[in-house]
Amino acid sequence: MDFIGAYSAENLSFLMEGLGVTLIVAGASIVFSFLIGCVVGIIRYIQLPVLSPVLMVSVELIRNLPLLLIIFFMRFALPEAGIRLGLVTATIIGLTIFEAAMIAEIVRGGLNSIDRGQVEAARSSGLSTFQTLWHIVLPQGLRRMIPPLVSQFIALLKDTSLAVVVSLPELMHHAGIVIGHGYSYTIPILLLVAMIYFTVNFLLSIVSRRLEARQV
Amino acid sequence: MDITILTEYFGTYMEGFRGTVLSSLMALAGSFLLGALIAVFRIGPLRPLRWFGTGYVEFLRNIPLLLVVYIFYYGPSVLGMPLDGFTAGTIGLAVYTSSFIAEAIRAGIMAVPQGQTEAARSSGLSYSQTMVHVILPQAIRLVIPPLGNQFINLIKNSSVLTIVAGLDLMYFADIINADTYRTFDTYVFVALFYLALTLPLSYGVRVWERRLERKY
Amino acid sequence: MRKSMKLFSIAAACAVFVLAGCGSNGAGGNAASGGNTSTPAAGESTGAALGKIKERGKLVVGVKYDTKLFGLKDPASGNVEGFDIDISKAIAKHILDDENAIELKEVTSKTRIPMLNNGEIDMVVATMTITEERKQEVDFSDVYFQAGQSLLVKKGSPIQGIEDVTADTTVLGTKGSTSVKNIRDQVSGVKVLEFDNYQDAFNALKAGQGAALTTDDSILYGMAAQDPNYEVVGKPFTDEPYGIAVQKGNTDVVEAINETLKALHDSGEYDAIYEKWIGKKPAE
Repeated sequence: MDFIGAYSAENLSFLMEGLGVTLIVAGASIVFSFLIGCVVGIIRYIQLPVLSPVLMVSVELIRNLPLLLIIFFMRFALPEAGIRLGLVTATIIGLTIFEAAMIAEIVRGGLNSIDRGQVEAARSSGLSTFQTLWHIVLPQGLRRMIPPLVSQFIALLKDTSLAVVVSLPELMHHAGIVIGHGYSYTIPILLLVAMIYFTVNFLLSIVSRRLEARQV
Repeated sequence: MDITILTEYFGTYMEGFRGTVLSSLMALAGSFLLGALIAVFRIGPLRPLRWFGTGYVEFLRNIPLLLVVYIFYYGPSVLGMPLDGFTAGTIGLAVYTSSFIAEAIRAGIMAVPQGQTEAARSSGLSYSQTMVHVILPQAIRLVIPPLGNQFINLIKNSSVLTIVAGLDLMYFADIINADTYRTFDTYVFVALFYLALTLPLSYGVRVWERRLERKY
Repeated sequence: MRKSMKLFSIAAACAVFVLAGCGSNGAGGNAASGGNTSTPAAGESTGAALGKIKERGKLVVGVKYDTKLFGLKDPASGNVEGFDIDISKAIAKHILDDENAIELKEVTSKTRIPMLNNGEIDMVVATMTITEERKQEVDFSDVYFQAGQSLLVKKGSPIQGIEDVTADTTVLGTKGSTSVKNIRDQVSGVKVLEFDNYQDAFNALKAGQGAALTTDDSILYGMAAQDPNYEVVGKPFTDEPYGIAVQKGNTDVVEAINETLKALHDSGEYDAIYEKWIGKKPAE
């Protein structure tokens, strides 16, 4: 176990470079999957004809497939169907599709948890479906969704590591390269990478706890 | 779609299917036992165990599964007793999932009204008797849907075994793909194998959830 | 159970829809990141491919990032270096008059043919053996390196050559490589574990996951140079002539590559590159 050699300045900056890619890809995927997930979740909640059942089946299918498979598929199988995506684009789309399906279920669950009586009261006092959703259900639902949403974002950040199967130069991939340069680096590097992921995710969860506290 | 890939390589697919099922089942059993233990630590009266339980859960929830698998794959070999990809992957899966299961079980236990513990304790039951005879039987029913979801995640997550040559579905898909050069078809068929496992399970979870909703 | 079957059949029926949906989604995503002009278009035509490279002013080459001596990414400098890189630069110089008009992309044995056929890279210069099977998928240049399959073991291993490999031996290799097919043909019933790239395979050998690692001797020498506890044993037991792969039908690019290779041989530059990385002059 060579801690000193493993934690050389070059190796550390190389790992930081990987962390940068992880953060960029995760950040973009979080934004996209949150937006898409919200729209899909709301459509499923208000039960639009045709669209809702179709989305239900799509969400159900995607949720039940391994993310590793989805990312690999986006990158290397879709081109055979004429759709060519770059490395970063394919990874972000793969992550977004998968996580949006997860988030859609969180959003739908959050909205469903709001008492139906409130909806009926709002509707009978003359509010439209949209107004009820916007002013009554969404504000309360969103508050309840924050903890599971943050868990999902943390999961997403961790899941970017699966992009090693498409050789995305993110943190895990760079860790692998460093380990390849010296086997005695294995344990020190794995420990360090664990600490990096832990720190980033822990900060994320602290922020969310603050956010929650302020909301209540 | 070239169905001959499925027919010609059916044996190979099935070999991977068996690997995935076996790994998932063993990891499920392991993660349930570990998770239950950690959950009891976390809500138990002993402070050091509570700290340990909290540390265990917080750490594992914030690092990627792939990293956990790498730790069990490379770690023991440094000590001179290497674990093969299947074993290391399965242990990694079990340990990683146990942190989520611990949280699910803890939440289930917390959902049982506090008054019951007090009643049981004041009628002379010890702490462990209260747990085993009063709290756990009720908690388990509540915990089944989240446990089911974790099992689905487990099956999907078992695809990381391919990265350590763990003889699972994804691994054999990669092998088939290297032979056929038909990435799209090869992985669509793999997706069907995964769905055959996960879709019935998610359906079962949903049914159980509805039953719970109706009761309360 | 009947309901779950029904759900499953609906799901299957809608799979097509979802894929189509992903498709349009994907195209949109690509358009959004429209600055990505370095991605070559899929050229199935003949003759146009070289023109496209010239128009772009940059050669996009798929190389290994994890293979010492041929293509290895150095964490310190961030550069990728090796025999394959120098050959790629020579080709860029020949086609575009500038050896730096080049973009390298990481490929593995598993990903190089898909990436080439997707039109993401103009050529693969990545320790790729010319085989009849692969010729069905891609077009190859002339041989630019002559390798042979061999074995890498920990020093002191009872395995000293292919004759010591039995059905009880676990051999490590990489997914999509010719070596794993060869070893299965040579030793019936041998247990082979396949990894995504050489680095994972070598790490697995170091971790004691198998008794030997098999691939081309040229790559194995690089690994042995990286870690002196390991050595290449026995004589090469196959011929692995490396070729540069291009998309099927891009004969103009193949010609340009072959011209480059010939010029390199004539000027003696090839020998210099060979010696720089392999440490000796190429055998005649």
